[in-house]
Amino acid sequence: MNALKLRQVVAQFKHQKLAIAALVVLLVFTLASIFAFLSPYDPNKLVVTERLQSPSATHWFGTDDHGRDYLSRALYGGRVSLSVGFLSMIIAVGIGTTVGTISGYFGGWVDNVLMRMVDVLMSIPSFFLMLILNAYLKPGITTIIVIIGMLSWMNIARIVRAETLSVKEREYVLYARVSGQSTFNIIVKHIVPSMMPTIIVAATISIASSIMMESSLSFLGLGIQPPNSSWGSMLNSAQGYIGDAPYMALFPGFLILLTVLSFNFLGDVLRTAFEPKANRK
Amino acid sequence: MSTNNSKDVLIEVKGLKKHYAGKKSLFGRSQQVVRAVDDVSFTIHRGETFGLVGESGCGKSTTGRSIVRLHDVTDGEIWFDGHNVARMNERQLKPFRKRMQTIFQDPYSSLNPGMNVAQLISEPMDIHRQGTKAEQRDRVLALLDKVGMKAEHANRYPHEFSGGQRQRISIARALSVQPEFVMCDEPISALDVSVQAQVVNMLEDLQAELGLTYLFIAHDLSMVRHISNRIGVMYMGKLVELAPSDELYKRPAHPYTQALLAAIPHPDPKQEMQPPPILEGELPSPLSMAVGCSFASRCPYATERCRKETPVWREIAPQHYASCHLHEA
Repeated sequence: MNALKLRQVVAQFKHQKLAIAALVVLLVFTLASIFAFLSPYDPNKLVVTERLQSPSATHWFGTDDHGRDYLSRALYGGRVSLSVGFLSMIIAVGIGTTVGTISGYFGGWVDNVLMRMVDVLMSIPSFFLMLILNAYLKPGITTIIVIIGMLSWMNIARIVRAETLSVKEREYVLYARVSGQSTFNIIVKHIVPSMMPTIIVAATISIASSIMMESSLSFLGLGIQPPNSSWGSMLNSAQGYIGDAPYMALFPGFLILLTVLSFNFLGDVLRTAFEPKANRK
Repeated sequence: MSTNNSKDVLIEVKGLKKHYAGKKSLFGRSQQVVRAVDDVSFTIHRGETFGLVGESGCGKSTTGRSIVRLHDVTDGEIWFDGHNVARMNERQLKPFRKRMQTIFQDPYSSLNPGMNVAQLISEPMDIHRQGTKAEQRDRVLALLDKVGMKAEHANRYPHEFSGGQRQRISIARALSVQPEFVMCDEPISALDVSVQAQVVNMLEDLQAELGLTYLFIAHDLSMVRHISNRIGVMYMGKLVELAPSDELYKRPAHPYTQALLAAIPHPDPKQEMQPPPILEGELPSPLSMAVGCSFASRCPYATERCRKETPVWREIAPQHYASCHLHEA
């Protein structure tokens, strides 16, 4: 990543109002979940007398079926959802980039072995694999981060491999080779930095899909364990009261929707910004 | 141009072959082989410029890249200052990688866009652990001055420069580790004509100053004549003619060389234009195991013998070699 690329990104953001909105949404959500402790309510404190209250001045998002403040639960839940999304993206990008560059750079049987492994992993419906793994492992936030990360790197590996195939033929890589640069340094100094735009875009999209997966798992009761909340588990507990208290489903639903949508927008705008000629208006 | 005719050989290529595996059939292993370079031999003397010309795909770049060992070779020997580098592994090659440097064709892809000029030029010094950071910095500034660029350019990025300037950066980078031999793989083909002359003149000045040896690969014969002491002409992976440059331009022996020279446009528009003898016929597939002379399908003088018998490499005049049946004693 260099100054030129950075300037392209900034220029692209100026053109796309939607991207700025997405950035603002994500920034607000992140700050809100970081500063969730400022909320006057304990997210896990049961107040049976105040159960299922509609949104009001005292409880902005209302209360849930156990009388807990719903806004506080949503804020703490956002912590879980966002950190699961971010950390499993780190794992996925780490594995995907490593496998992809090795596969693309060395080619031959190494490429064959790694890519067939990717094919196998991709042909297993990862959601079911996750359900099974979850059943054997101790449920919790770490488990969920690792599982999502380990099962979502394959697409990144494929993209990175394809990009490596083209970058390794560039003359500055050839020059590094005939100058005696070690293979490790060639990959770290020349190949990976050249692919940063692609990797950043893939990472952004990967956060969105990780958040979706975490929500789905928590919705099924396999992710974060009670009394802690995540947006997915809040949807789960809202199920039974969809008629009496529709806001219980709407708030976490909208939060997931907005977050995922924002990350996808962001990925899209970054992609356009990094492709110098395509899609310029 | 230094006309160094001493017999001090820096590089000797003997029977160099580079074959690529072609397509495999679905069943069985019947493999076709592309003979990119097929039995090429020549020597490069210390301090001279050896030009290598030929049309696209004739194997001239593959030959150059084999010498600097960008890839493994199929067969043959490459002697660099008394050491056969053809079969060396990467560890054994490392000291030679410093002595042989490369300038590539495309000034837009040969410099990593994410590195600034100082980082680019000091990359070879980093690889070969030469000097401290401060010494490297001094060397970068000295080299920039040598290739006609300013010290303030050191912190800029490649996209801020023109093609000619980028090629100067490539030259500075190649010179940073004080090589003896520089393989120039079409260094001027991507540049404007006016800039080409500047770069070629700079290469000549640097050669005179530093005693460099060049392998100069190009498809533009007019520029090659200007810079080279001796020129080899390649066709279909084989060397078909080799002579001192003046001799080659005055008395081209091989019909292919004659055709190439006839294709050079004349700079004087008033001069009577003779329609150049355009080569007819098809390039034979490099896959087919050719019998006879590989140029026979396009040669205006081809005889029955040319199609059946492969011509041998012979000295047809002092220092002038060719492989053609027309020039038998």
